[in-house]
Amino acid sequence: MFSLIRSMWLVFLHMFHKRETYQYPEEKAPLPARWRGRIALTRDPDGGERCVGCYLCAAACPVDCISLQATEAPDGRRYPGFFRINFSRCIFCGFCEEACPTYAIQLLPDFEIAEYDRQNLVYEKEDLLINSQGKYPGYNYYRVAGMAIDGKNKGEASKEEPPVDVKSLLP
Amino acid sequence: MEANFWWVIGGVLFVLLNTAAGLIWLERRMLALWQDRYGPNRAGPLGLLIVLADTIKLFFKEDWIPPFSDKVVFVFAPAVVVASVLMSFTVIPFGPNVVVADWNIGLLFFLAMSSLGVYSIVLGGWASNNKYALLGAMRGASQMISYEVFMGLALMGVVLLSGTFNLREIVEAQRGLWYFIPQFLGFIIFLIAGIAETHRLPFDIPEAESELVAGFHAEYSGMKFGMFFIGEYLGITLVSSMIVTLYFGGWLGPAFLPGIIWFVIKTFVFISLFILLRASMPRPRYDQLMEYGWKVLFPLSLLNLLATAAIKLILTDN
Repeated sequence: MFSLIRSMWLVFLHMFHKRETYQYPEEKAPLPARWRGRIALTRDPDGGERCVGCYLCAAACPVDCISLQATEAPDGRRYPGFFRINFSRCIFCGFCEEACPTYAIQLLPDFEIAEYDRQNLVYEKEDLLINSQGKYPGYNYYRVAGMAIDGKNKGEASKEEPPVDVKSLLP
Repeated sequence: MEANFWWVIGGVLFVLLNTAAGLIWLERRMLALWQDRYGPNRAGPLGLLIVLADTIKLFFKEDWIPPFSDKVVFVFAPAVVVASVLMSFTVIPFGPNVVVADWNIGLLFFLAMSSLGVYSIVLGGWASNNKYALLGAMRGASQMISYEVFMGLALMGVVLLSGTFNLREIVEAQRGLWYFIPQFLGFIIFLIAGIAETHRLPFDIPEAESELVAGFHAEYSGMKFGMFFIGEYLGITLVSSMIVTLYFGGWLGPAFLPGIIWFVIKTFVFISLFILLRASMPRPRYDQLMEYGWKVLFPLSLLNLLATAAIKLILTDN
């Protein structure tokens, strides 16, 4: 009996506590930096696309909401011809970000992507590409990868030795 | 005189129905306050228009009568609760001259009408033809039978002290001392019985969302559900105003405010107590409820009656 009266009193005291509610549209909740929200395609420091169209994100996606088409530019870089994410299917699991070998696809702390029309939730490449390097500033895939493109031959990437001529007998 | 009478009836009806609707807002805001939230605060100032929005929503919902139900009783049941509670309000003196029916059997009429309210639960649960609804109705009936008995017995202490069943005269008799001091046990018992009577949260076992879906009104929708809803809030207002009338001196109070204002203030204190109970109490099992009623409160109320009668006898002999 006394425990009941005590709990009534304690609940009554909550009148003078601070309220926990965020008044959402006016007052936004602080999102952590690793929040898995809207998906974006980032760019490298030179402004080029990071995505090389390897399909690993589409393969990792458990709900198959990513579709893309790899294309090769004349300078030897690969890029996605189209890149489409259906956000009405996306479950924001972040597997695509984990799978991506070039840090191109990243999940941003932004959840305000509601739409009245379901079709508007299908984002094309121009909607996904952002003018930012995302969580990995300074990373440039073609500068560290050994792949040859125009203006950078094999052995010219950072921390890379020139290739060994295996047909030469000299050490 | 005749015109004044109609003004009182109209005014009481208007204020009561609006209070019952406004209590939806009040309860949600108070619960939110005690749970560190805001509650409805978007529609209108302080979210007051949520009442209007809720009412419009209820009116425009599909008013579905289940094909497997007993249709006549199904439609009839929600009207009973509102009608019986509103009838009880006729005998309550809201102010020195503001009373619809100044009867010398006022208290008995209140007991009779509040017991009639259980018919709406039983009939509604029976007519729904649904096992959850029937279980809720059975619980409602058993709860009412257990708690109605000592609710009446607790009130007899007040009747003994004042020597009348007329609620206006009971209020007048409290001019010297409000009855919650000499009748403290009776007040506690009546408060508990009143909570059980209105099926409010510690004793809402006929409804019991977590066990019985929604209990007796599981099949109701639209304005028929709204009637049960309004009936519940009217019931809270009724029991609060009965507590105020019988134990807290009704419209009596310092003269700088008119009597009816004092009545409203005291009533709202008890309505807030009801909401606080909802915010803080867990629901007992229904056998615990019966046991508590019959084994604790019933003997206590008998003891209260005997002691009051004995003291009254000794005092009048001297």
